[in-house]
Amino acid sequence: MASVTYEHVTKKFSAETTAVDDLSLAIRDTEFMVLVGPSGCGKSTALRMLAGLEDVTAGQIKIDDQVVNEMPPRDRDVAMVFQSYALYPHMSVFDNMAFGLKMRGSPRTEVVSRVKEAGRILRLDNLLGRKPRQLSGGQRQRVALGRAIVRQPRVFLLDEPLSNLDAMLRVQTRIELQKMHQRLGTTFIYVTHDQVEAMTMGDRIAVMKDGVLQQVAPPREIYDQPVNMYVAGFIGSPRMNFLPVTISDHLAKASGFELNLPKAPGVGRGILGIRPEHFLPTVSSDDAVIDLKVEVLEVLGADQYLYGKVGSDDLIARVDPQLKVSVDDRVRLGVNMRRLHLFDPETEKAVF
Amino acid sequence: MASVARLKAGKPRTGRVIGDKFVGRAIRIYIPLLALLVVTLFPFYWMAVTSFKSASELFDFSVSPLWVREPTLDWYRHLFTQTNFPRWAFNTAVVATISTLISLFCSILAGYSLARLRYRGADSIGWGIFVTYLVPPTLLFLPLTFVIRELHLFNNLWALILTYPTFLIPFCTWMLMGFFKGIPRELEEAALVDGATRIQAMVRIAIPLALPGILAAALFAFTLSWNEFLYALIFMNDSLVKTIPVGVTQELIHGDEFFWGELMAAALLGSVPVAVLYSFFVDYFVAGMTAGAVKG
Repeated sequence: MASVTYEHVTKKFSAETTAVDDLSLAIRDTEFMVLVGPSGCGKSTALRMLAGLEDVTAGQIKIDDQVVNEMPPRDRDVAMVFQSYALYPHMSVFDNMAFGLKMRGSPRTEVVSRVKEAGRILRLDNLLGRKPRQLSGGQRQRVALGRAIVRQPRVFLLDEPLSNLDAMLRVQTRIELQKMHQRLGTTFIYVTHDQVEAMTMGDRIAVMKDGVLQQVAPPREIYDQPVNMYVAGFIGSPRMNFLPVTISDHLAKASGFELNLPKAPGVGRGILGIRPEHFLPTVSSDDAVIDLKVEVLEVLGADQYLYGKVGSDDLIARVDPQLKVSVDDRVRLGVNMRRLHLFDPETEKAVF
Repeated sequence: MASVARLKAGKPRTGRVIGDKFVGRAIRIYIPLLALLVVTLFPFYWMAVTSFKSASELFDFSVSPLWVREPTLDWYRHLFTQTNFPRWAFNTAVVATISTLISLFCSILAGYSLARLRYRGADSIGWGIFVTYLVPPTLLFLPLTFVIRELHLFNNLWALILTYPTFLIPFCTWMLMGFFKGIPRELEEAALVDGATRIQAMVRIAIPLALPGILAAALFAFTLSWNEFLYALIFMNDSLVKTIPVGVTQELIHGDEFFWGELMAAALLGSVPVAVLYSFFVDYFVAGMTAGAVKG
């Protein structure tokens, strides 16, 4: 159990390529922190620096109050699960899980009991004698987790551990990981490019882009109050609609509609952000109304997505699947004014 | 066309199909293989047959030279009692074994560091080693002769044990570098995070996984030093310190007089250890030990 602190951490692989740029992030003890962003955003590098697999170019990384910049990986007392699992192919499942304990000189009886215990938790009891190549993808993934938990480390580092599993197993393992986090009461740092994993698992989410941390907040806050267009567009599926508007006082004019903003932003131009799920099927007198010309529709059973145009802008709306719509129809939708976002077109930062 | 006709007939004539297949395979695979076998094995056959012929039969041109009528072990007896062959075999084994071990030790460390550790100049060192390997021994023996003379190692097995690594280490290093590069980096990173030192990660993870490569390198190194001729010819003059290739060609050929029986017997015996080694370890060349290590 430990807290982890990044203080102005920068990682340069060469003079031109900066993988992580001035990252400051405080991860609390027992927290489940998710680092999320597209590939190449520096999230894995941030994790690998904490594990000691990459040097830190500038800044400090602390585990509890101890600076670990120069500490070799083995002394950091962290465990890491790799995307590829990185199981030792020449060792049995048992030896894979026991390796870390043996390296630390744990007594034989303790090694056996801890590996057995982890095997029981992860339902690997019958597979302890097998080699990794004799296991399925899901089993290998559990061995990789087992290798981490037998160590009882201060911090768990997980680098996209679910991305090699098929969709069903991924959901199942996601839930198991959350249970594991609750049971172990250890700090988890989880790297993913999948916003669903981030939203469902994280106590807090750190969104990164091009090596720069964009926002750190609990999932609900990230969703409700994104600090900029990047975070707003990255979290949420389908992504938020962005509509350029011109503003005079309270009135915002888009190409196909206009609406009264809840407060005057004091800027002349802006980008309106409306999530697809924040359209209202019934229109009351004080709601803003848009007139959507439907071009494509997708019925997913629980949801129905309308893809179309408002004026000259593309728009996606999620509506009740019971609503009878066909292509080329014009649909009147209300805009939920409380869930409206406005961004500065220059800085892309949220105005509200 | 034939297959179309069979499909139309509706009733496949399996016997014919198998026959066709066999003919096809024979033409594509077995006949070329057989030709290759004949070409490569013929010298060995000639060696074996000749070594069992009596003196009179050796030079009897009235009968086929491809067969022995009265096999005899005379030449082998002669080789072991009248020549220094046992001593040459012992020398060759000692030199080949020790120089292989020295070369492997250095090459494993060098190959691993070039493949794994990021340090300044790693690439140029790698290329440097490769270029060293390209320098022909026929040039290199001149400076090496000077070195050996300064060290007073002429007619001493250490002269060979120390010079063979000059071509074995570049060769093995280059080969092992490839093997180490083929092992996923994450395996060792996992070991480092698990509590291993760099050396432990190398010894417990990388080396076991590179074992097929290490054995292959060992085999090549052993064969190269077993068969080495030039350095042994130059550095070894005393009959008692010669290796098989030099001893056989120098002492079983006097001027234009060839002792064919002993020559062939010695050549055959000299190739046996290498052949035995290959037959033992051939599986390692094709073993894919890293299967299952990462996603798959």
